Amino acid sequence: MFQLLNTILIGITAGAIYSLMATAIVLVWRSTRVINFAQAGMALLSTYFGYEAMVHFNSFWIALPVAMVGGAAVAALIELVFMRLLVKRSSTGPIAAVAPIIATLGLLGLIKGLISTFWGGADVRLVGPVTNIGYSIGDKTLAFSPLKLLTLCTVVVLMLLLTVLFQKSNIGLSLRASAYSPEIARLSGVKVDFVRTLGWSLAGASGAVAGMFQTVNGNGAFSPESIEFSLLLISGFIAAIIGGLESLIGAVIGGLVLGLVVSFVLMYISSSLFFIAPFLILLIILFIRPQGIIGVKAARRG
Amino acid sequence: MTLTVNELTIHHGAICAISDVSFTVPKGQLTAVIGANGAGKTTLLRTLSGLNKSTHGTATWNEHNLLHSKPETIVRHGVSHVSEGKAVIPELSVVENLELGAIWRKNKKEAAESKAAVTDIFPRLGERLNQRADTLSGGERQMLAIGRALMSKPELLLLDEPSLGLAPLVVEQIFQTIRDLTTTMGLTVVLVEQNAMGALKIADQGIVLNLGKVAVTGTAQSLIADPQVRAAYLGY
Repeated sequence: MFQLLNTILIGITAGAIYSLMATAIVLVWRSTRVINFAQAGMALLSTYFGYEAMVHFNSFWIALPVAMVGGAAVAALIELVFMRLLVKRSSTGPIAAVAPIIATLGLLGLIKGLISTFWGGADVRLVGPVTNIGYSIGDKTLAFSPLKLLTLCTVVVLMLLLTVLFQKSNIGLSLRASAYSPEIARLSGVKVDFVRTLGWSLAGASGAVAGMFQTVNGNGAFSPESIEFSLLLISGFIAAIIGGLESLIGAVIGGLVLGLVVSFVLMYISSSLFFIAPFLILLIILFIRPQGIIGVKAARRG
Repeated sequence: MTLTVNELTIHHGAICAISDVSFTVPKGQLTAVIGANGAGKTTLLRTLSGLNKSTHGTATWNEHNLLHSKPETIVRHGVSHVSEGKAVIPELSVVENLELGAIWRKNKKEAAESKAAVTDIFPRLGERLNQRADTLSGGERQMLAIGRALMSKPELLLLDEPSLGLAPLVVEQIFQTIRDLTTTMGLTVVLVEQNAMGALKIADQGIVLNLGKVAVTGTAQSLIADPQVRAAYLGY
């Protein structure tokens, strides 16, 4: 019973962070129809921004917004000067479909290289604002700590803010309309190019939060070659696919499903499946429900 | 306030879709552009709203050059385009589709007035505000597409085949509404149609396009009476 509870708690916390990364991938996909493999590099760079702020101000609560703003700015810059030019240069032929995706892989390498140049390749450390030592019940320790509680709360607050932004504001309507039908959006007066940049910057900020919390929930150490960030990207990507790639709520559900399933597999089957389980889940999902768990094929009538 | 098109030429790659086309659309009039499939009607309209690029010529509305502007700029100058095929966003609700049309307008009170006016013109939309647009019938979708365009407070309305795929009774209703937009609201309308007879019946003037060139122009009545136009486009 206690083990079951711990398994669920571990799964939910991990899933919450995957949800953020999945949100970042979904936001980029919706705004520019690009699968952004550079998201891991962007999240890593943002976490370095957060680390710098931590060094100067010694406060996680300053470091987090610094990472978010930095991540948003980097993402906006990439969309504005890099992706836009690229899409314009390769607008026809077989290259057009794959060029942006390949380019994001190139960007990933470029960002990691830049980080190594500025910060070196050695581990740096980020410390969370509260302890990661689990709450205890009697003589047992829960796999749930003040830091994990904080992580969950932050994710919930951010997702609620994003949902309100998307569903209740003109900016959200512009973002959705531009994603579903850029042409009708433009004819209605939406500045679609600007909206695309905005979509990327929201993704940059979400990825930054994912990177920061992924790091402090681990051992706090990270470097340009951190395996944690590659796993974060893959998990976010899988969660986004499970969620159907189109909706924020899908990203959240996808993240939680992935987090829980992986947690159960590690606990009840074998902990050696750590690197295999996410991929198995992805393949199973793609086989039985390629449109994702909650992805619906748009029912467009004549 | 007229729409003036002069020596307009448009290419799709190597193919010339519109060649040396000139015409004017007077304010407050309904102009029907008719012609066979591939005559360049849709291309013409898409160029006037900034979606397609032209090769040569000019097109102005209110002294505003339409040919080197983006669609999002052109709509701010009072030109709304309802593109082909019931141009609504199916994933959004009816009210969101409508509000999208007014999204660039600063004065939210006026936008709300436009919404009231649109639901007045199309009561069916008013009853279905919170439904997703993909639950609407074909006719209702076309109403929503026109309603969205009206939310941008246009002076010039460009309509691309509003009758496409609709039942005859619904077509009649939509055409009557389009006529009313001109007569009672003073809108200037360019109506591109395959349904040549239906369009000419409600139009003030007509332009017949053939293979990208203007074949015939004149008052709608004179076109309906023209034996050649009757034989080629009206089918009797």
